[in-house]
Amino acid sequence: MIAAKELARHFDVSKPWLQRTLAREPKRILRAVDGVTFDIPKGTTLSLVGESGCGKSTVARLVVGLYPPTAGQVLFEGKDLAAARAQPEMRRRMQMIFQDPYASLNPRWRVHDIVAEPIRAFNLVPDPAAQRERVAELLRQVGLSPLDGGKYPHEFSGGQRQRISVARALSSNPEFLVCDEPTSALDVSVQAQILNLMKQLQRDLGLTFLFISHNLAVVRQVSDRIGVMYLGRIVELAQSENLFLRPRHPYTRALMEAIPDLEMTGRSRTPVGGEVPSPISPPSGCAFHPRCPLANDRCRAEAPAMLDGVACHAVQEGRD
Amino acid sequence: MNRVARFLDSDLFWSFRTSPMAVASALVALVCILGAVLAPWLAPHNVLDLASVDLMDAFKPPFTEAGWTLGSDDQGRDVLSAIMFGGRTSLLVGICAVLFSTVVGVTLGLTAGYLGGTVDALLMRMADVQLTFPAFLVALLVDGIARAALPQEVHERIALGVVVFAIGISTWPQIARTVRGSTLVERNKEYVLAARVIGLTNLRIMATHVLPNVLGPVLVIATLNLGLAIITEATLSFLGVGVPPTQPSLGTLIRIGNDFLMSGEWWIAIFPGLALVAMVLSVNLLGDWLRDALNPRLR
Repeated sequence: MIAAKELARHFDVSKPWLQRTLAREPKRILRAVDGVTFDIPKGTTLSLVGESGCGKSTVARLVVGLYPPTAGQVLFEGKDLAAARAQPEMRRRMQMIFQDPYASLNPRWRVHDIVAEPIRAFNLVPDPAAQRERVAELLRQVGLSPLDGGKYPHEFSGGQRQRISVARALSSNPEFLVCDEPTSALDVSVQAQILNLMKQLQRDLGLTFLFISHNLAVVRQVSDRIGVMYLGRIVELAQSENLFLRPRHPYTRALMEAIPDLEMTGRSRTPVGGEVPSPISPPSGCAFHPRCPLANDRCRAEAPAMLDGVACHAVQEGRD
Repeated sequence: MNRVARFLDSDLFWSFRTSPMAVASALVALVCILGAVLAPWLAPHNVLDLASVDLMDAFKPPFTEAGWTLGSDDQGRDVLSAIMFGGRTSLLVGICAVLFSTVVGVTLGLTAGYLGGTVDALLMRMADVQLTFPAFLVALLVDGIARAALPQEVHERIALGVVVFAIGISTWPQIARTVRGSTLVERNKEYVLAARVIGLTNLRIMATHVLPNVLGPVLVIATLNLGLAIITEATLSFLGVGVPPTQPSLGTLIRIGNDFLMSGEWWIAIFPGLALVAMVLSVNLLGDWLRDALNPRLR
């Protein structure tokens, strides 16, 4: 359905040209995403997890065309994304659900107009009466009342707003949905409701998901496959259950260690030392080597390639 | 609930109702506006009709004769009627100038903020240059150029337009900067991204999504600018470069009265001056109230 090939996105965060020239500083390039490859088969969910600033949201935005890639490409149904998005029919098939339910709905629009916006943009249901019926159906589908269409977003709670976002995203009958941390702004009980809603919609409508999250518990609930990101790269990509049962990359293992566990209360933990390095000047070789317990000289000199779902010299050499 | 009922129930109206200053200035502003707009029907004399003006009526003192409440000027025109007709011109020029500068400012500010990059840099440097000239100087300059470049009869026909342009062009940068600032905040909000994901054009996103969300502060600035525009017009007219003598504004009346201020006929200048003060002050106080009422931190 959708594939990324060596996808990269760099941001120029240099000071203005004049200041930079006077101070004789080089350009500062932030490598938010630096060579990410994955594909998502139809009807499945790929999740990307990682710490803040590892580039997962940038991947989400690259995949729906909000940013043009610096290098590499995104293929939608085998076609280059920019070419695909030039056709409204292809654009209609991809939608995005955002993180902050308080910013993702225009505060001056009624819910009906918010949900109907994609329908109108693609002229899917030209007749106004039929359009109202379609919006009512969508609102029912996400567990709201059709009467809610006449209200403004501020009259809803965070969870309800996220349901409105889902209804809006579904209104153009998409096949591929990018969810950028759709539950991180909600409290835990509401998170579960939204996740169940999304899983149910996936079953009913055969949707394909790219799911971005920093919450491993959430990811475990929704994913078929999981990619672990660190500093703009995917370091491990595996089937969901395999990743949780047999994490291979040292970074993935460290993440698993950090999950609170009822049966293991009081056990001693080995925290990951150090901080996430700056994506402006990433470490040489493997980006994780300053924090990695298994790092050796090769790790410091040479970036590992993705082999068999994991990008780590130690694992590939059997040193783990 | 219909729109009127919802408005009467809103926070804004409550804040208005409980602020005596706002109610008082709204009343004064309303009187000024009604008096100006309805001048042809309410005024005791039609001062624009030269045939009805009689030199024998000149220099009547105020409060002495029925029908001449505020006295008459050197030409025998009723001062009260002149104020009402003059207020009409002042208000017309003020409102048109504010509309003009608001439309230009909002358009340029929205474009600069939403598109960013070179367009933004270019438009904002233009605004900076514009801001380095005092508003009044720009207005004088535009008026002077129009006077020199256009033949007299053409200039007289479009004189009001020239004044509107001169005042409007000098205040757009303020609005453009405010709108640009709000646009920079709004354009990265997720509802704008959501609209971009479905491939709406920039123009459509700016008009339907960003614009309604950046207009709040513009309303306040526009109200405050109205007072400023009326004053600027009055100053220009006082100096004799504003509106043509065939359409006297409050500024023109004050200039005429100024000649007689020291010779005892004080009412010719003082009453138009008071009318100007009442109009501008009430509009300004309304603007101040609106600014506070729309500021969530002062709620």
